[in-house]
Amino acid sequence: MENKIKVPTMAEMTASGETPDVLFWVGCAGSFDDRAKKITKAFVKILNKADIKFAVLGTEEACSGDPAKRAGNEFLFQMQAMMNIQVMNGYNVTRVVTTCPHCFNTLKNEYPKLGGKYEVLHHTELINNLLEAGKITVEGGEFKGKKITYHDPCYLGRGNDVYEAPREVLGKIDTALVEMARSRRNSLCCGAGGAQMFKEAEKGDKEIFVERTEDVLKTNANVVATGCAFCNTMLTDGVKRFNKEDEIEVLDVAELIANAADL
Amino acid sequence: MISSVIFIIILAAGIYVFAKKVGVIRRNILLGKDIDRSDRKDERWKTMARVAMGQSKMSARPVAGLLHLFVYVGFILINIEVLEIILDGIFGTHRLFHSVLGDFYFMIINFFEVLAVLVIVGVTVFWIRRMVVKIPRFWSKEMKGWAKNDALYILYIEFVLMSALLIMNAADQVLMATPVDQLEAAGLSKYALGLDGKFAVSQFLTGLMPENLDALHYIERGAWWFHIIGIMLFLNYLPYSKHFHIILAFPNTFYAKLEPKTELNNLESVTKEVEMMFDPSADPYAAPPAGAEDAVPERFGAKDVQDLNWKQLMDSYTCTECGRCTSVCPANLTGKLLSPRKIMMDTRDRLEEVGQNIDKNGADYDDGKSLLNDYIKPEELWACTTCNACTEACPVLIDPASIIIDLRRYLVMEESQGPSELNAVYTNIENNGAPWQFAQADRLNWKDE
Ligand code: SF4
Ligand code: SF4
Repeated sequence: MENKIKVPTMAEMTASGETPDVLFWVGCAGSFDDRAKKITKAFVKILNKADIKFAVLGTEEACSGDPAKRAGNEFLFQMQAMMNIQVMNGYNVTRVVTTCPHCFNTLKNEYPKLGGKYEVLHHTELINNLLEAGKITVEGGEFKGKKITYHDPCYLGRGNDVYEAPREVLGKIDTALVEMARSRRNSLCCGAGGAQMFKEAEKGDKEIFVERTEDVLKTNANVVATGCAFCNTMLTDGVKRFNKEDEIEVLDVAELIANAADL
Repeated sequence: MISSVIFIIILAAGIYVFAKKVGVIRRNILLGKDIDRSDRKDERWKTMARVAMGQSKMSARPVAGLLHLFVYVGFILINIEVLEIILDGIFGTHRLFHSVLGDFYFMIINFFEVLAVLVIVGVTVFWIRRMVVKIPRFWSKEMKGWAKNDALYILYIEFVLMSALLIMNAADQVLMATPVDQLEAAGLSKYALGLDGKFAVSQFLTGLMPENLDALHYIERGAWWFHIIGIMLFLNYLPYSKHFHIILAFPNTFYAKLEPKTELNNLESVTKEVEMMFDPSADPYAAPPAGAEDAVPERFGAKDVQDLNWKQLMDSYTCTECGRCTSVCPANLTGKLLSPRKIMMDTRDRLEEVGQNIDKNGADYDDGKSLLNDYIKPEELWACTTCNACTEACPVLIDPASIIIDLRRYLVMEESQGPSELNAVYTNIENNGAPWQFAQADRLNWKDE
């Protein structure tokens, strides 16, 4: 797995007179969170493999403002948005792909009215396109024949109606996809959205991620796949809570594909 | 005809009182801020047709959905019969539509009777679900007092109204089958419509009817008056009840948000200020444009109902208190204080209170209360994950999450309140461009790790 990944930045590309086809918006979790960094790298490997001309903003990227906005801090959100839009418009960005459903939602739906109009894709959509176009192929991988369930991130599914792309991707690996009782529109939140990720839960009699992990356990799946670093953290905590970390892996769709494509 | 006069007076009074109350509700809704929902008309009509008329969201729970469909279709179609009753009442005629429709009339009445039975079945099962099976969403904290009784009253009213309809038809059937000379001898010749044949359901009730023609006449008239007065009372009960949704469901789905569920509006008042900060040529000390001095500075977010927009207020009057939202809310499911249904009920209760204050004490009266704190506690607001399960579940496209966000905006931007961890998050985002304490310069370090 130690083949070096290529991660050009916008600044470098522009300096050498090139324009990337798509900007990879990494997001804060993808940049700094140890678990999420693995997802970022898995996705980069896929992009490299498929020969996609992409670039990242690197140190010019800053928080999309999503957690501030959901918490009610509209000022901070719009400051972040305007800054990011200035940077992206400066590079004439037209297409963006991101591994974070929260950045995805914000860039796609909330930036346009502030002057940032881009075509925005979630990485599961891009991966699906690449598989359909034959740019990457999946054959092997250690998850072949395993039972997988998929957790819909709220901001991807209910929020933006992306239900099928991740499932189609998972369908291409030779696995049995089992649905949880609450899935798609009726999926249950992992508990992280709306800035909950960054605070203690309010007083209650249970953690939301525990409630959701119970749904996962009921499927008897070996792998729970998702498309969001925050859901990933929450479900990983949940699996640990039930001492099932040896039986159930929590993985991003990108990681599963990178694995199945032997990247 | 004295009975026509009495009827017209009752009818006019019923409609007048109803229209007045509707006017008050309209006024209350318009206390909200303006929001433009006049775009994409085609899509809006389609949404309304699908969700309000087509009941599309109700199929998510098939049993409740089917029963609700009986009551809904029954209610709409029986209005044709109500129209006949009203015209009969005004003109002193009897079964006016018969003279227009001929034999087809029978089919229609039969159809109504079947619907009446379905309504009776529907409300009976609804009653059992509430009172015997005790479906949890009808028994949560906020469903006390009026909220609980309101739901039951309407079931009783519908039951009684439908029963009156069937009893009326049963008595009438016996009368109509009576030989014309006997009817004429008893002064009841208006029942001699020459209708023979039986009504689909009420024929089974004729056995319960007396034989005496006068008694039959009283029963028929009694049930007739009971039915129409009941309908007038029902009409005037509606605006005080969650059952007002049978009217508001239509505009409410029409004006529903068409954007993706998780898209939040960008506050324009904030955009102006942020643009100023970004525009180096803007002079912060410049005199405000003419006419702007006396404009009240806009509040960021919502503290009270007037700070919400009219659609959010319409949502609150449309809420059916069905609890579908709360029953899928992850915060509520895990025992937190938040209940999206309660958010809607609180909004309506507060709006009613504000409206009454205006009626009693004039528009500028301040009762010192507000939606935030007096009705909805910050603890409820901070439990929301903005997952939109509630908006997805709502059969009439209500958006409780938008109210939660607007109240949070007030807490954060006007009062600097909220969980302390979040304050740290704001500082980090401001200083390092990430919610955690990592330097922005390290943002690409993952590449070489
Ligand atoms: S958006 Fe908030 S109120 Fe609505 S279901 Fe999710 S957590 Fe509950
Ligand atoms: S908001 Fe919608 S789902 Fe919730 S109680 Fe009211 S009508 Fe039912």
